[in-house]
Amino acid sequence: MWYRPFPWLIVGAALVYALLPYFTDNIGLRESLLLAAIYIILASNLNLMIGYTGYVNFGNIVFFGLGGYVCLYLVNDFHWPVVFAAFAGGLAVSALALLFGLGILRLRGAFFALATIGVNQAIAQLVTNFEPWGGATGIYLSLDAYGPLGGPLQALWITYLLIVALMAASLLLSYAIKNSKFGLGLLAIGQNEDAAAVLGVPTPLYKAMVYSTSAFLPAVAGGIYFFKSGIIEPTSAFNLQTSIEAIVMVMLGGAGTILGPALGAFLYEELRGFLLTAATFSQFQLVIAGVLLLLIVQFVPGGLMGLIYRRAPRMRKILE
Amino acid sequence: MSALLEVAHLSKRFGGLEAVSDLSFTVGEGEILGLIGPNGAGKSTVFNLINGVHRPDSGRVIFQGADITGEAPYRVARRGLARTHQIVQPLAELSVLDNCTVGACFGRENLSLAQGRTVVREVAEWVGLADRLDDPAGQLTTAGKKRLELARALCSRPRLLLLDEVLAGLNPTETERMIEVIQKIRTRGVAILIIEHVMRAIMSLSGRIVVLNLGRWLAEGSPAAVANDPKVIEAYLGDPKLLAAAEHS
Amino acid sequence: MIGIVASVIDGVLIGSVYGLAAMGLTLIWGVMKVINLAHGAIVVLGMFILYLMASALGLPAYGAIPVTIAIGFVFGVALYWIAVHRMIGRPELMSLLATFSVNMVLIGLGTAWWSTSPYNVPVSIPGVTWGRYTFTGTHIMAAILAAVIAGLLYLLLYRTRVGKAIRAVANNREAAELAGIPTTQVLSFAFGLGVALAGVSGTLIATLFPFTVLSGEAYQLKGFVVTVLGGLGNPAGALLGGIALGLIEGLATPFMPVSWIPIVEFGLFVFCLIAFPRGIFAFSKA
Repeated sequence: MWYRPFPWLIVGAALVYALLPYFTDNIGLRESLLLAAIYIILASNLNLMIGYTGYVNFGNIVFFGLGGYVCLYLVNDFHWPVVFAAFAGGLAVSALALLFGLGILRLRGAFFALATIGVNQAIAQLVTNFEPWGGATGIYLSLDAYGPLGGPLQALWITYLLIVALMAASLLLSYAIKNSKFGLGLLAIGQNEDAAAVLGVPTPLYKAMVYSTSAFLPAVAGGIYFFKSGIIEPTSAFNLQTSIEAIVMVMLGGAGTILGPALGAFLYEELRGFLLTAATFSQFQLVIAGVLLLLIVQFVPGGLMGLIYRRAPRMRKILE
Repeated sequence: MSALLEVAHLSKRFGGLEAVSDLSFTVGEGEILGLIGPNGAGKSTVFNLINGVHRPDSGRVIFQGADITGEAPYRVARRGLARTHQIVQPLAELSVLDNCTVGACFGRENLSLAQGRTVVREVAEWVGLADRLDDPAGQLTTAGKKRLELARALCSRPRLLLLDEVLAGLNPTETERMIEVIQKIRTRGVAILIIEHVMRAIMSLSGRIVVLNLGRWLAEGSPAAVANDPKVIEAYLGDPKLLAAAEHS
Repeated sequence: MIGIVASVIDGVLIGSVYGLAAMGLTLIWGVMKVINLAHGAIVVLGMFILYLMASALGLPAYGAIPVTIAIGFVFGVALYWIAVHRMIGRPELMSLLATFSVNMVLIGLGTAWWSTSPYNVPVSIPGVTWGRYTFTGTHIMAAILAAVIAGLLYLLLYRTRVGKAIRAVANNREAAELAGIPTTQVLSFAFGLGVALAGVSGTLIATLFPFTVLSGEAYQLKGFVVTVLGGLGNPAGALLGGIALGLIEGLATPFMPVSWIPIVEFGLFVFCLIAFPRGIFAFSKA
């Protein structure tokens, strides 16, 4: 895939994204870019399920939260270096997802969607009662955990770069999969699962594989993110609302495309930032997101990218 | 000649309805076997039982010597048994090329995307879809979608092809075209089990015919023999005496 | 031992209300193959209608029931036209997201209005004593009302022309259309009916327990478990499934902390879906 221009565009954009706060020496910018990057990671990986395979993973946040927990646990109790711990979190969560996936992916449509919510709630409940992970209070990182990274201030910059790298990796992964045989099988499943099976696509295996794959990068990102925050506790780690917003982002930008989820995440974050200063109640966030989702599904199911493709059909080949 | 496909004492019941009952027949290498019968005779159900969409209540399906009874559809496809559907199932938002590539890459041979695409271009050429490869499958005409259904199944390089009413809804020119394609498929050594209502077509294409009625085997033999079998005529028209009377008046 | 029996009987009583809620869900699915993910939010709506009528306006509690049915029906029809109509025939993903977005809006508005504090509507009816145990009057009343409403639904579905039309559309929409039935109107009617059932079950639940805006989620999951137990599209099965669920809860409550019950239900849900795709009480052929 490195023979095509698009992957290089992603790498280039990521470099700009990474270096922008450096050159402007703007910490506020770094923080908001970090948050946007997290959402792009969540949305892009979620897109593998929603956009390619047509399965809505309502509980996608569970990967992020669980990855965070594994990472912080390894760093706090076993003094692992954060990169290894986050990576281990990614592997552990993917493995678990593969196991779960083989079970719940037998369910179709809404049942699968509900099952994913159930998984999130069940894991949140289990973690809340799990003492080695701090139960309901969670895990607090001691400040010397940042020592190996050169102290807390430097750690903030390093974790930012790591997250941007993960963001680029998410987009590149989406691209690689979409142009692979595996991706074609997924798209076939998304169009008509039964027809795909009759054509020879090994549907149970592929679904489990994409579920597991879609768990990896968010889990690693969760590890880095909560490491940076210094604390993780069940309510924020498994926050269903974030999960839902990721879905809106994917639909807003255009499910099934590569840039779509990234665009959607970015725009949604901007919208949210604007709303939080304009409206007093944060509860309206959910209402606005709901109305947005409804409008998109009714009138613009292809999202922003869908609109672009309709106006300029040539763009289909250039901007994926 | 060893049987490529052997169907033995297949039975399937849906609720109160016995869709298929104690059905047995074989398909030999390279032959075209026609499956006919009045509406509701259970023909599509037979296909579903063969390729794993439904599990038979009793009986066995043996393909190339292996027992594939109740095996999942994707495994059956991997063995080289492809099928088309009566109601076409295009992967609508994907291009014709992508549709066929799915068939090519996940079929009997485990091909890469590039290899699959080569196969597709070749098949598309003689099925007549070469100029529509980049179009979204959902935008094809009915005839085009039928051709796609066939092309997709062919791309998987099957040994046996199950065709389910592939001529339904086509005008005479399109029908002729499709019949040519089917004959061409046979020359490449692919055996075909075909369900069809267009009598002229199935009679001319098939080497042998099996007749079903109400889920049961009714008759079997050459097209001519079957066409003149009074049991078959009765099944289709009702009463042989009526037919005789109609012929005399 | 007798404590368990009492718990189980109580569970059955409450289960009939779960069954009522699930009937709405299964009806909508049966008729138009749409899973109403706003179900939980509508249950909450029913709860708050009771609150508004009984506590705020001081009207008799059970009088809220016909009000909820009426409001629920109208609301349901409106919802059909706003969110669901264009989704029929499109990939299931779309109708899921559409009804889910409605859920988001309703819960968001509800939270803004009523926050997430618990509300309670005290309803007192004399209970029934049997041996050493007293069964709460409200529980018995709720079960009776649930049975009555279910009976009315049965009459509607099987003894009226509208009901026949609904069953026809559920069976085969194209054929019904060809037979001259205005299927789109039937769909909107059925959706309104399903929503009304969900709402009224909320009203009944509110007579039994305190609730918050977020209570809907638990009842949505229960609704799904029941629907799966009873078989999709089968209202009679839903009622039985509800009672079965109530039974299971009654058996489980003495033995485990309340917060684990949703997890058990979730496990049951997934297990049933995988092991019994047709439902345990599958009466219908499909």
